[in-house]
Amino acid sequence: MTSAYILSQIANGVILGSMYALVAIGFTMIYSIVRLINFAHGDIFTIGAFTTLACIALAKLPFPVAIVVVVAAGALTGMVIERIAFRPMRGAPQVTGFIASLAVAIFLENLAVMTMSAQPRTFLVPDYLNGLVDLGLMSVRMIDLMIVLLAIVLTIALVLFVRFTKVGVAMRATAENYDVARLMGININRMIMLAFAIGSGLAAVSGLMWGSKYGQISPFMGLLPGLKAFVAAVIGGVGSIPGAVLGGYLLGLSEVLFVALLPPEYSGYRNAFVFGALIIVLLVMPNGLLGRNTEARA
Amino acid sequence: MSAVLPLVRVAVIAVLGWLLLLAATSGLDPYTVSIIGFVGTNIILAVSLNITNGFVGLFSLGHPAFMTLGGYLTAILVMAPARKAVMLKSLPDVLVAQQWPFFPALLVGGLFAAAAATLVGFPVLRLRGHYLAVATLGLIFIVQSFAVNMSGLTRGALGLSGLPALTSVSWVYLFAVVTVYVSWRLKHSSLGRTMLAIRENELAAACLGIRVARTRVMSFALGAFFAGVAGGLWVHLVTLISPHSFTFLLAFQLVVMVVLGGTGSITGAVLVAVVLTVATEALRPAEEAAGLFGASQMTIAVVVVLVLIFRPAGLFGSAEPNLFAWLHRGARASLPTSNP
Repeated sequence: MTSAYILSQIANGVILGSMYALVAIGFTMIYSIVRLINFAHGDIFTIGAFTTLACIALAKLPFPVAIVVVVAAGALTGMVIERIAFRPMRGAPQVTGFIASLAVAIFLENLAVMTMSAQPRTFLVPDYLNGLVDLGLMSVRMIDLMIVLLAIVLTIALVLFVRFTKVGVAMRATAENYDVARLMGININRMIMLAFAIGSGLAAVSGLMWGSKYGQISPFMGLLPGLKAFVAAVIGGVGSIPGAVLGGYLLGLSEVLFVALLPPEYSGYRNAFVFGALIIVLLVMPNGLLGRNTEARA
Repeated sequence: MSAVLPLVRVAVIAVLGWLLLLAATSGLDPYTVSIIGFVGTNIILAVSLNITNGFVGLFSLGHPAFMTLGGYLTAILVMAPARKAVMLKSLPDVLVAQQWPFFPALLVGGLFAAAAATLVGFPVLRLRGHYLAVATLGLIFIVQSFAVNMSGLTRGALGLSGLPALTSVSWVYLFAVVTVYVSWRLKHSSLGRTMLAIRENELAAACLGIRVARTRVMSFALGAFFAGVAGGLWVHLVTLISPHSFTFLLAFQLVVMVVLGGTGSITGAVLVAVVLTVATEALRPAEEAAGLFGASQMTIAVVVVLVLIFRPAGLFGSAEPNLFAWLHRGARASLPTSNP
C-alpha cells in the first residue's frame, strides 16, 4: 500500500464527502424548520443528474450554464413537492410527513422509470473536465477538483447567507421557534419554501457531481446516496449546517477508507458499515457532533 | 361478535373457511392460485407489522430484513442435503445433513427472525419516531449486504434458485389465520392494552408500572416472527430467494397497508392488504399493455398522500368495525315478523 494509493483514496473520500455534504445540508435545513425527514431528497439528487444529462446531451449547453439550470430545476422541484405534498399536512405527527415523503420518493422514482426506462445511462462530461491536473503529490481529474471546489464555494455562500442576510436571520428564527417567528411578522410559508428550494438545489448539484464522477445514472441512483447523506446529517447533528458538512466529509472519507484499507473481502460490507455507524451514533451520541439537544431522539 | 372469540368457534370457522377456499381454488389456474398466495402472505405481513407499528406506535421499516432472514433459513432447512453440499460450501455440517419438513422449517425461520429482532431491538428501539424508521431501514441494507457477501451460506447475489414449490394455498391460509387470530387476541388482552397505552402516552404508561422497553421489544420480536414465516412462505411460492428479494420498496408497501387501513386496526390492515395486492396484480397487464411501467406504484403513492392529507387516521383508525353488522341488523329486523 503506497502513499500515493492512500493519497488518491483520501481524495476520493473527500469527493464523495462533498456530495454527501451537499445533500446532508438539505436534510438538515428542511429538518430544522419543519421537523421532517424528507425521504424524497435522494430523488431530487436523481433529478439533478438527469437534468444535467439533458442539458449537456440534448440542449448542448456549456457545463457552467448546465450547473445553473440544474440548481434551478432542483429548487423548483423541491418547492413544488413542498407545496403539493407537505404543506397540506403541516402540524400532523412527524411520522405522517415521513410516510408522505416516502410516497413522494416512490412517485418520483416511478415517474423516472416510466418516462426514461429503468436502464442506467452513460453520463458524459465535456472533454476538458476529464483532463488531469497535477497537484504536486498526485494528479487528479479536472472534474474531481471542480466537485470539491464547487461544494466548498456553495457551502460558504450558504453559511454567509444564513448568518448575515436578513432572510437568513429570518430562517434561523423560524427554525428556532416557529410560533414566535410568525408573531414577529416572518412569513413562515415563504421560509419553509425557501428551505426546500435551497436544500433541493444543493441536492441537485450533488446529483450532477455524482454523474460526472461515476459516469452512470439511473432512476434509482438517489436512494442509497440520499440515505447515506441522512446518516451524515445525523453524525454531524441534525439541524446544524456546519454539522452536516462535517458529517458528510467524515462519512465520505471513512466509507472510502473502509473499502480501500481493509482486505478486499470486507469491501462488500460498506453499506452495513454506514448503517451500523448510523445506529451506533444515534445510540451513543444522539445529538451528533455539532447538534444541540432540542428534542428526544433516543 | 364478542371482543374475544372462543378458540373452538374460531377453529370451526377457520376450518369451514379452509374447505371453502379449497373448493374455490381447486379449478383455478396456477397463476391465479399464486396471486391468492401473495394476498395471504401480504395479509400476514401487514397484520404483523401492525403489531409493531400500529399497537405500540414504533415506526419500523425493518420487515423485509426479517423476511430475508426467515426466508434464507427456511430455504436452507428444507433443501436436500446433496444440493446443499454442492451449492453452499461453508454451511456447517450440522445444517447440511438436515432436511426438514416445511412446517417446522417455517417455524424455525420465524424464530430466527424473532431472535434477531430481540437482539437488535434492545438498542435500536430506544430511538424515537423517524429516527427509528431510518435505523430499521438501515437494517434492510445491513442484512442485504451480509446476504450478498456471505456467499458460502447464501450463494451471494445469485441467490438460491430452484427451491421446491412447497407453499400451497392451505399453508398460507393457515398462517394468515394464525397471524390474525394471535394479533386479535393480543389487541384485546392486557398485554395489547399495555401496548396501546405505550403508543398513546409513554410516560403515563411507564408511571402506571408498564415495562415500556420490554413490551416494545416483545412486539418487535412478535412482528418479526411472522415476517420470518412470511418470508419462508414467499420464498417457496416464487421458488427463489436472493438478497434483493425483499427491499425497501416492500417496506413501503407494507407501511402503506398499515397506514391506509388505520394504524392499529387489524381489519383495516387485512382489507387494504387484499385490495392493494389484487389491484397491483390486476393493473400489471394494463400497465404493460400501455407501456407505462411504474404507473400503478405512482397511483398508490398519490393515494397515500391524499389519504394522509384528508383522512390521516386511515380507513378505520384503531377500531375494528363489525363488518358483519348488516347481517345482524337484517336478522334483528326480521325477528318481529317471525314472532308476532
